[in-house]
Amino acid sequence: MNAIFDVRNLKRTFGGLAVTNDVSLSMAPGDRVALIGPNGAGKTTFVNLVTGNLLPNSGSVALGGEDVTRLGPTERVRRGLVRSFQVTRLFSEMTPEEHVALAILQREGRTGRMFASHRAMPDVMDEVHALLARLGIAHLARHRVSEIAYGQQRLLELALALALKPRVLLLDEPAAGVPQSDTARIEQAIADLPADLAVLMIEHDMDLVFRFARRVVVLAAGEIIFDGSPDAVTKDARVRQAYLGSYAYARSVA
Amino acid sequence: MALTMNTETLSTARDRRARLTRDAVGVLVILAVAVLGYLLFPNNLALLTRITAIALLVLSLDLVTGYCGVATLGHAALFGAGAYGAGIAAAHFGITDPIAMLAVGVVAGALAGLVSGAVVLRAHGLPQLVLSIAIIHLAHEAANKASGWTGGSDGLAGIMPDAVFGLYPFDLWGRTAYVFGIVLLIAAFVILRQIVRSPFGMLCRGIKQDPLRVRAMGASVHGTLIRMYAISGAVAGAGGALNALSTQVVGLDSLSFTLSAEALVMLVLGGTGSLYGALIGTLSFLWFEDVVSAANPFHWLTIVGALLIAVVLFAPKGLYGSLAALLERRGRTDR
Ligand SMILES: Nc1ncnc2c1ncn2[C@@H]1O[C@H](COP(=O)(O)OP(=O)(O)OP(=O)(O)O)[C@@H](O)[C@H]1O
Ligand SMILES: [Mg+2]
Repeated sequence: MNAIFDVRNLKRTFGGLAVTNDVSLSMAPGDRVALIGPNGAGKTTFVNLVTGNLLPNSGSVALGGEDVTRLGPTERVRRGLVRSFQVTRLFSEMTPEEHVALAILQREGRTGRMFASHRAMPDVMDEVHALLARLGIAHLARHRVSEIAYGQQRLLELALALALKPRVLLLDEPAAGVPQSDTARIEQAIADLPADLAVLMIEHDMDLVFRFARRVVVLAAGEIIFDGSPDAVTKDARVRQAYLGSYAYARSVA
Repeated sequence: MALTMNTETLSTARDRRARLTRDAVGVLVILAVAVLGYLLFPNNLALLTRITAIALLVLSLDLVTGYCGVATLGHAALFGAGAYGAGIAAAHFGITDPIAMLAVGVVAGALAGLVSGAVVLRAHGLPQLVLSIAIIHLAHEAANKASGWTGGSDGLAGIMPDAVFGLYPFDLWGRTAYVFGIVLLIAAFVILRQIVRSPFGMLCRGIKQDPLRVRAMGASVHGTLIRMYAISGAVAGAGGALNALSTQVVGLDSLSFTLSAEALVMLVLGGTGSLYGALIGTLSFLWFEDVVSAANPFHWLTIVGALLIAVVLFAPKGLYGSLAALLERRGRTDR
């Protein structure tokens, strides 16, 4: 298999507790993988480890055949590994237009420019507005992020990841906190992603998972307990067991 | 499609005009205040030139503190490097052309910015502040010890700059120095307004708000901050060189903790992250200090302290920041 994303035997402990325990996962271009699991299973930790935001105790991460285990987060992004955050991380004093422009300029290596304004770059501005329009937040382009609703901030969070034109995209609960009326936009934006992009989406909403994924990976207590087709996942005994109790609990707090 | 493209270009053109208008107004206000100062205080041009030099230091501080969120109490090191650079070039190497001295000051300031940036950026928050204090004390002590070059505590004398462009000698009344300073300040202001709005400036603002997010976009936080530090050093160095040119001595006070701390006070007083605030803060602080210290030489520090407390409590965004916020709110309710 020509894996674009290849994680081998990743392990990370916090105070003796293995939060990620011998996790291996690889994706080929075009893959659509859903990563599910009860709260606290270690899904976000997995993303933090593979993006280089957190150091693993052991294991390796490769992108397009190149070992990036020893590279920092920015180097991995430049090699096409992009993530979104479960809890939005945005610049509260800046506008959506500035956010997306910055991502586009960074992708093109133009953030070193000191004597130009992004507003005077028609190619950048066109792309900014097309992307914001696609996510239905074009009308907010020039509002400060601190002034816009959380659901719309989630859409911007996704816009930022898309603007970087990744090869491997890791989405950490992109629809969490988004009002029902707006989840369709997120879903559509994800459905419209380039066909050769490898996407891994963490998601609790099983309806979304089944519409999106062609493969489901289940993480429980830091270990992969299932990796297979969406049809098989509901019938798997271990998965059911892992979700018994814990998933009911997760639903009640969400 | 063609229609949207059209409105797009139109609005970009309109933005551009709005930005240029705002900057032109800024430049005109600086000019007007400068002319007013010249007319009202013709015998006090030395003070006005000093205010101009310090304004460059505070602008420079705004770049790293206001735009990048770096906490520093050692920024006078960059100013002092420019002052000593220009002074030593003139006194020891016979480089007495004012433009050349200015250039030496700018380069010395930028180098000092690179060095202190490399140290200060190793830490965050309070440890960062402590590193910056260590830097200014080390720089001060180094200048004190190297008295063969710097004149030590007596100050560096023997700086005799030529006439500007061979035409305008530095006169006793300080007119040339004043005009030189104002031109320098306007040039710096215009350039910096460009830089803070550029993609690079936007990246710096992003780093100030959330460095982790910036990394997740693939940008280098450290590299960007170091570059900004060098630019900041160049501006502070220009201020130091201006001070050396106008007073024709360089003292250890230009490399002091006091000056660093005062620069931060001026910035907070005026408001961070706009450049306008830096100018307003410098002018009001130094003018107020001058007036109050003449009127009440015993209690002026107390009065300045009281003013500061009042501003921090009642206008936490500084004089300019609070005014801008007020106007913005007005504008919105009017609409
Ligand atoms: N920096 C950390 N230090 C200590 N423990 C941590 C740290 N980060 C995560 N953990 C622990 O690791 C476990 C997994 O957390 P993680 O956030 O990866 O779960 P998750 O699967 O993303 O859950 P959720 O569905 O609630 O987002 C949790 O028990 C959490 O408390
Ligand atoms: Mg999580």
